[in-house]
Amino acid sequence: MAKKKVTKTIDDINRKIKEGKVVVVTADEMVDIVKKSGAEKAAREVDVVTTGTFSPMCSSGAFINFGHSKPGLKASRVWLNDVPAYAGLAAVDCYIGATESPEDDPLNRVHPGEFKYGGGHVLHDLVAGKKIELRATAYGTDCYPKTQLKKKITLSDLPYAVMLNPRNAYQNYNCAINLTKKTIYTYMGVLKPNGGNANYATSGELSPLFNDPYYRTIGLGSRIFLGGAKGYILGPGTQHNPEAMRHENGTPLTPAGTLMLSGNLKEMDPRWVLGVSMLGYGCSLAVGVGIPIPVLNSELAEFTGVSDEHIFTQVIDYGNDYPKGEGKSLAQVSYAELKSGSIRVNGQEIPSVPLSSHKRALEIANILKDWVEKGELLLTQPQETLPN
Amino acid sequence: MYSKTISLRFPKNIVGEPIAATLVKKFDLSFNILKAVIYPRKEGLMVLQLSGHKKNYAKGVQYLKGLGVKVESIGEDIKRDEEKCYQCGACTAVCPTGALSIKRPEMEVVFDQEKCSACEWCVVACPARAMEVKFNKTLLN
Ligand code: SF4
Ligand code: SF4
Repeated sequence: MAKKKVTKTIDDINRKIKEGKVVVVTADEMVDIVKKSGAEKAAREVDVVTTGTFSPMCSSGAFINFGHSKPGLKASRVWLNDVPAYAGLAAVDCYIGATESPEDDPLNRVHPGEFKYGGGHVLHDLVAGKKIELRATAYGTDCYPKTQLKKKITLSDLPYAVMLNPRNAYQNYNCAINLTKKTIYTYMGVLKPNGGNANYATSGELSPLFNDPYYRTIGLGSRIFLGGAKGYILGPGTQHNPEAMRHENGTPLTPAGTLMLSGNLKEMDPRWVLGVSMLGYGCSLAVGVGIPIPVLNSELAEFTGVSDEHIFTQVIDYGNDYPKGEGKSLAQVSYAELKSGSIRVNGQEIPSVPLSSHKRALEIANILKDWVEKGELLLTQPQETLPN
Repeated sequence: MYSKTISLRFPKNIVGEPIAATLVKKFDLSFNILKAVIYPRKEGLMVLQLSGHKKNYAKGVQYLKGLGVKVESIGEDIKRDEEKCYQCGACTAVCPTGALSIKRPEMEVVFDQEKCSACEWCVVACPARAMEVKFNKTLLN
């Protein structure tokens, strides 16, 4: 007699977590399990698949409240270690964005600019517990007369500091090459002339949104790993585009879904919140993100079992086409090819270079696995799933 | 920005020249003196880190040589700060010698100092700025 098809609920899985009986595997382990046992059996055996990614993600930042001084001040401009923060909020609230540079930074005046310190580095220094110089100016009001403020702060002094990233964890991203005759400096790294290298920025089969390609289990309120602490998905990120062309296994062939994420900066770990400098482009923040995917049925087992051979992206010329706003695909390549170290584009062999850390992505997936196994992180039923 | 650590040997007739001021004013270079001595026979030795635009750097060195100063670059080593390196692989795009490479299938980024030519490409191309220039300190002692 055929066995009944597996269906589990989030509550079933959370019960197993509490009883210490949950079975958690990382997304790369799931590939082999599904290959060997098939999706139905895998769904019976595995309850949760953990994912991870660690890569520069520009659309990141934090809301900070720095507390009232005596006498009070209504800040109209704020700087943290000379990096401007957005101050068009309430009196002592601001938002520090990852890509902001100090006002006296030479930027790209001597090209390629180095972008040694910016918003991403401020975030890292805060999380690392370092002292930061806060400067604010104000026009003065009857209720808040003070017009200048300069003080050293640390993360623990701040009444409130919450990371809020409008766009993280892109579901797929372009592979960039440069077909001009000059080296170019882009947000996809340094690209040597005549197709000298092909840079890509996704952790492939470990990447969160490749493992739940239609966003069946994640959305508003999903509890995740963010910057070394527990964080939450708030909803779709900016540029979320579920309409992208897809492979028959559901994974998109071009950039598609994105996530807006949030978490308490005070709980984070500097290892997973890292300021980065993209030569000739600007500052940014490398953020660690990991999402646990509940294996509710065989369909989700199939999804989480997807492997690098069956996830594809497009090769785009960032020398000629991309700057013009065109993005015609020169080739479609799989993440297995990209990870092998070289790809072929129109007969030319091009060394492929990752910008996203595979080792760190795997480390995140394993930390998350540990959290779920130990019952430190329970799964959540999203209040609303992402538009798909 | 271009930066190199060099040693300058001055013949005794120019020990009094305001060369540092000229480097700053005429060539827009900045410097950091790591060592300066005048030997009994009035020859001078200076070890300094000279920084600025690459073109100006070359012009500055030309100027020094024109004065009769012996300019030598100091053996520089490239080191990786293992704490800062997050094992992405971006540096392998620019490394011309294969000193930085990826070990597969682990996708571990390996740095083999033996193969490094100290070209310093990785120093600015690494997003985490984990690759650092360390110069050979023997001249400083
Ligand atoms: S680019 Fe920097 S952080 Fe990335 S692997 Fe190379 S040295 Fe490490
Ligand atoms: S200095 Fe040049 S040769 Fe040495 S590791 Fe860096 S890029 Fe490679």
